[in-house]
Amino acid sequence: MKMSVLDRILLLVTGLLAAYQIAFGIDSSSTLPVIAYTISFGVLLVAGLLLIILGFDVLEAPAVVIVSTLIPLGLATGLVWQYVASIRVIYLVFVLIGLVAIIVTRSFPRKGILPIIVLAVVHGVAGMTIFLLPITLAVTGQAKPGFALVGIGGALIGVGGLLLAFLKSGKPILSQKFIFSVLPGLLLSMTLCFVIGFIIG
Amino acid sequence: MLTKLRPYWSLIKSLQTGLLLSTGLAGYMSARCPVFNLGTMVGLGLSLFLSISGSTILNMWWDRDIDARMTRTKKRPLASGQIAPNEALRLGLLLSLLGVGLAVAMDALYGLIIFAGIFFDVVIYSMWLKRRTAWGIIWGGISGGMPILAGRVLGFGGFDWIGITLSLGILFWIPTHIMTFSMKYFDDYKAAGIPTFPSTYGFHMTRITIAVSSVFASLAMGFASFGIGMTIGYLRVLLVLSIGLLSLAAVSVFKPTERTNFGLFKYASLYMLSSMILMMV
Repeated sequence: MKMSVLDRILLLVTGLLAAYQIAFGIDSSSTLPVIAYTISFGVLLVAGLLLIILGFDVLEAPAVVIVSTLIPLGLATGLVWQYVASIRVIYLVFVLIGLVAIIVTRSFPRKGILPIIVLAVVHGVAGMTIFLLPITLAVTGQAKPGFALVGIGGALIGVGGLLLAFLKSGKPILSQKFIFSVLPGLLLSMTLCFVIGFIIG
Repeated sequence: MLTKLRPYWSLIKSLQTGLLLSTGLAGYMSARCPVFNLGTMVGLGLSLFLSISGSTILNMWWDRDIDARMTRTKKRPLASGQIAPNEALRLGLLLSLLGVGLAVAMDALYGLIIFAGIFFDVVIYSMWLKRRTAWGIIWGGISGGMPILAGRVLGFGGFDWIGITLSLGILFWIPTHIMTFSMKYFDDYKAAGIPTFPSTYGFHMTRITIAVSSVFASLAMGFASFGIGMTIGYLRVLLVLSIGLLSLAAVSVFKPTERTNFGLFKYASLYMLSSMILMMV
């Protein structure tokens, strides 16, 4: 499907917002969250540029599943490391094992539901972390109310992940045309929520 | 009027000229930021624009016969006969002389580097080596690194390791830019009898060369940016963009497709432009 000028503009703004976040938005964090957030927003930045250059066809590459996993995993790791010190190491181990499991199950595809289960568990836990943790922190007063926006970004990332999963399944519940038409706007909204949430939260 | 001017505008390859111009400005601002001298900046921009445009026109003038044999370039104004060769030669010489003259008037060393850039590009690369060896692009790369070196020298007041490293960054970036292009238009170059890396060493070796070259380009840009004193945040952005470049180069080696090759070509240009913007801001 051909990418419209509006889609390209939305993706460019997404990339610029991600670059802004990498450059200015994560300096107050300690080393590990900085690395984790850099990976997340870095993938968003490069993915935005590649989508602009190569169009939606780039999403057909098998590596997309692995690379796109880095966005929620990085964000979730950064958030947990910053705000839930008691489980930070356990969570980091889970993330690393989950990432390796996804790489292995996707690099050497096998029949059966194992690759889907691995992806669903890792994405699910990371997605729920990004969605619930910022909102909980905002509601309980441990962070400013605006930080809840990061959680909304987490919800949007979940929607994006679902759309991509539908696309990759080969039997999409939603049409490819519909998914491609909403994806650039979704990526921008998600990134905007993250950036504003981190600024005002 | 616009219709008449259009062929002349396409003679200067505005995108390529713009990219090289941005490297010169970045080289200057890497030494002078946040000090901003409007007069010098205008002079720098003008002298670079005139010199780069002049050398591009001289290249087009010299290569008009091979341009006419290649599908991609046969509609260029000189190849298609829209502009007379002598007219283009005069314009190219005039712009080059004005550019170098202005550059020398601003600073002798700066002017000398600008002159060297034109000389390497037009005489060494285009006239001497381009039709003889695939390795001619090294000289194309050296001339491509001259604007950023010139800008740095003008800003800093002389040669320093940062200026040299920045120009090395451009030198190593050039293969990514040119070789992906020569793979995309392999048949065109072959028809014109121009030796390229893909026609001399094969596609696989060319892709490996691009990947290795991208590694060195990224390292050079990273070291130079660190030396300039770029903030940690900007360095992180540069690192991310570099990883993107290296990943694409690696994919093009291990899973080569036409699309990946084209993507690498485009991404490499975006990478360079982004690096220059990071240095300027």
